[in-house]
Amino acid sequence: MNAYVGTATSRVDGRAKVTGAAKYAGEFSANGLVHGFVVEASIPRGRIVRIDTDEALKVAGVLDVLTHANRPPLADKDDAWKDEVAPEGSPFRPLYDDRIKFNGQPIALVLAEEWETAKFAATLVRIDYEQDEFVTDLEAERGSANEMDKPHKPRGDAKAALAATGLRHEADYLLPTEHHNPMELFATTTVWDDGRLTVYDKTQGVQNVQKYLCSVFGKKPDEIRVLSPYVGGAFGSGLRPQYQVVLATMASLALKRSVRVVLTRQQMYGLGYRPMTIERVALGAGPDGTLDAITHEAIAMTSRYEDFSRNDTGWAEQLYKSPNTYFSHKLVDLDVATPCDMRAPGAATGVCALECAMDELAVALKLDPLELRLKCYSDRDQSEDLPYTSKQLRECYARGAEAFGWSRRDPTPRSMRDGKELVGWGMATGVWEALQMPVAVRIVLTANGHAEVSCAASDIGTGTYTIVAQVAADALGLPIENISVRLADSTLPQAPVEGGSWMAASSAHAVLAAAEDIRQELARLAKAMPDSPLADIDTHNVTLANGMIASNGKNAAAVSIADVMRHSNLERIEKEKLNEFAEDKSHARNTHSAVFAEVTVDEELGVIRVTRVVSAVAAGRILNTKTGRSQIMGSVVWGIGMALHEETQMDHRFGRIMNANIAEYHIPVNADIHDINVIFVDEPDERINKLGIKGLGEIGIVGVPAAIANAVYHATGKRIRRFPITLDKLLE
Amino acid sequence: MADTTIPEPIPINLVVNGERRALEIVPWTTLLDALRDRLELTGTKKGCDHGQCGACTVLVDGRRVNSCLTLAVMKDGAEITTIEGLARDGTLHPLQQAFIDHDAFQCGYCTPGQICSAAGLLAEGRARDADEIRELMSGNLCRCGAYPNIVAAIEQAMSRS
Repeated sequence: MNAYVGTATSRVDGRAKVTGAAKYAGEFSANGLVHGFVVEASIPRGRIVRIDTDEALKVAGVLDVLTHANRPPLADKDDAWKDEVAPEGSPFRPLYDDRIKFNGQPIALVLAEEWETAKFAATLVRIDYEQDEFVTDLEAERGSANEMDKPHKPRGDAKAALAATGLRHEADYLLPTEHHNPMELFATTTVWDDGRLTVYDKTQGVQNVQKYLCSVFGKKPDEIRVLSPYVGGAFGSGLRPQYQVVLATMASLALKRSVRVVLTRQQMYGLGYRPMTIERVALGAGPDGTLDAITHEAIAMTSRYEDFSRNDTGWAEQLYKSPNTYFSHKLVDLDVATPCDMRAPGAATGVCALECAMDELAVALKLDPLELRLKCYSDRDQSEDLPYTSKQLRECYARGAEAFGWSRRDPTPRSMRDGKELVGWGMATGVWEALQMPVAVRIVLTANGHAEVSCAASDIGTGTYTIVAQVAADALGLPIENISVRLADSTLPQAPVEGGSWMAASSAHAVLAAAEDIRQELARLAKAMPDSPLADIDTHNVTLANGMIASNGKNAAAVSIADVMRHSNLERIEKEKLNEFAEDKSHARNTHSAVFAEVTVDEELGVIRVTRVVSAVAAGRILNTKTGRSQIMGSVVWGIGMALHEETQMDHRFGRIMNANIAEYHIPVNADIHDINVIFVDEPDERINKLGIKGLGEIGIVGVPAAIANAVYHATGKRIRRFPITLDKLLE
Repeated sequence: MADTTIPEPIPINLVVNGERRALEIVPWTTLLDALRDRLELTGTKKGCDHGQCGACTVLVDGRRVNSCLTLAVMKDGAEITTIEGLARDGTLHPLQQAFIDHDAFQCGYCTPGQICSAAGLLAEGRARDADEIRELMSGNLCRCGAYPNIVAAIEQAMSRS
């Protein structure tokens, strides 16, 4: 029965969110709560010579100032600091020693009875540094980049092919550092209970944080419990445990009290970010538009202590047919914090460069950009030469182009106008992975026809509460109002961090698996009832619907679930199941999109507006068309920000971020966003998993910045390869 | 040697969601922190503390303000409406219902500020169409990017008020 899956069901946590009842990490209270305020380093590299906390400690209400010199014990091996998603290297340890590794590094925590007191006292902490030489400029250090040890297999001889090709396009595209800027400030509240800690943390993975805290502080698993019932956005910034959770826990252990640490918006620029990347793409093609060479080399920044890198270049390898290819990914070590995942890491940047380059090639070939994509289209994953579990990208191009009106495009740049404004139309392809992970779910069905479904997974605004309720309601044959969902508590059944677009498929199938056990238990009990109409059933062949258990097929019979449980003297049936997906390397698993964008450009002022975006997405079965559409729409907004607004700017003389706030780091506001049309292309997929789900968290952003950049070129005849495309670059 | 003394609390009264609340409050406490930390009304959100994001928007004597840029002592005697005060007897305010109907949020963190700001906007009577809603709601950032749904929700509430 599918009463809910595939429908436009409203969020089950909607009421809590519109009434202010939903509580986020920094909003839990406790008796005698202590407030912590972070003091951060103002140099990018060096050593703390002296921290003077005397004045801060004189302020009435200040309890302590923790520094590397007086903190409680911390683990001293790198392995203890490695969380579930840590990259290679030596993870950052807050207040561990006197070394400064990046500007904005936390170096002291002021603890006071009131937040304002802690904040004031923090201004009185005096620090003397010994500064070392530092570098923070990726472009200047480009020559010192190191090749990653996971090179892609080259195909043919790309260098020779490029030299011999009829037409080639080669350019650098520069994607700047970006910060996630979720609306909620990073925060942790610890509740101290006689040595046991309940930790409310802003995180995408409560079990990841719980294991990390236990290993960092040498605690037993039952001494620390981590919860994040609501997360005010994260977009990757909450995948790894962030330093405020270490500081709050440390302070709790030091004072034996409950503690809250909330970072300021400025301090959040000391966390992870999308690393600035130089993407060099070269394409060679014959006059008919078939590619004979692709090379894509990415040079990205990382910290000196960890090697963070993501797949920027593999998308070109996978998407388009070309006999000769070469890919490389290099890293430059800088005196900065380690980057981290940010919505569609690698793809948002790498595909942006690739799809801008494809547009430039189309211009050079005098081919329609969409036609060029179709010439190079591949029904097989080109990197591994594998078929896809499903790939309806061709349909995305067709449906998107039709909805957008692409056939009416005049290919000549500067040819389309609306009054005194130039109009440009651009398009691009999007691609992301369809991943799935082991997840466990517990279902408790009670005799009153209610079910509680629980799992440690987080809902960071993605809609996990809602889709879990939908799948459970359908599988158990209950109205959705009778399902309650508990998430994001480390004591609940196993879940990985919420990321990579894997949680929808992973949690949905875990719900199905646990519900299957409930169904079989009910069938067994129903069969055993005296004079049961289901005495002869196959327990594997029953359906739960409308509060009844019914045999399938001809001569169907049914009894109410309430009767079954009453006869069996059961108040509740509880089943917990870990769902693992069978490994299948025979097929590639991806989501795809075709993005079409319209911009208008005021030539006198250089103002660019994105007036229309059509995003046609093929991502398997859509569990919830309402929340799914919102996810794609929100991703398009992110793509608009990436194309036109977002850039973390570093003053390399001081190795310090200049715009660490959300007035000068521009994110799109309401007035920046106009018509966004999301189309879900039908993509049945019986191979990928039972429900045919692929996930939607990332695919919506991929391709959007390139489609907009290509539209700006079409409007103005100016090709801007250094993102974001701000008006000063158009006026130059 | 810096001055390490902290200011003395001052008694004030706020009428919050129709209820008189007496507070002893230090002058440097913002209305936002007074609501969240002293009155445990955590529905009003802190997103930047600098008046840049609008998550802290509440209604003060019917007008929308950024409570992070307002010192609590400045509002002695004022009527404050927060997100917790919009529903009546368990029935959602039309804007709250419209936000659910149009899926005008994802993570929900900017939502109380968006709804309070929209309530202020409706009272101002200045927005007549979608373009004006977009412009006059641009002080409320939404990082999940729910803007088109926020505009649709406000249009729904506008048409029914």
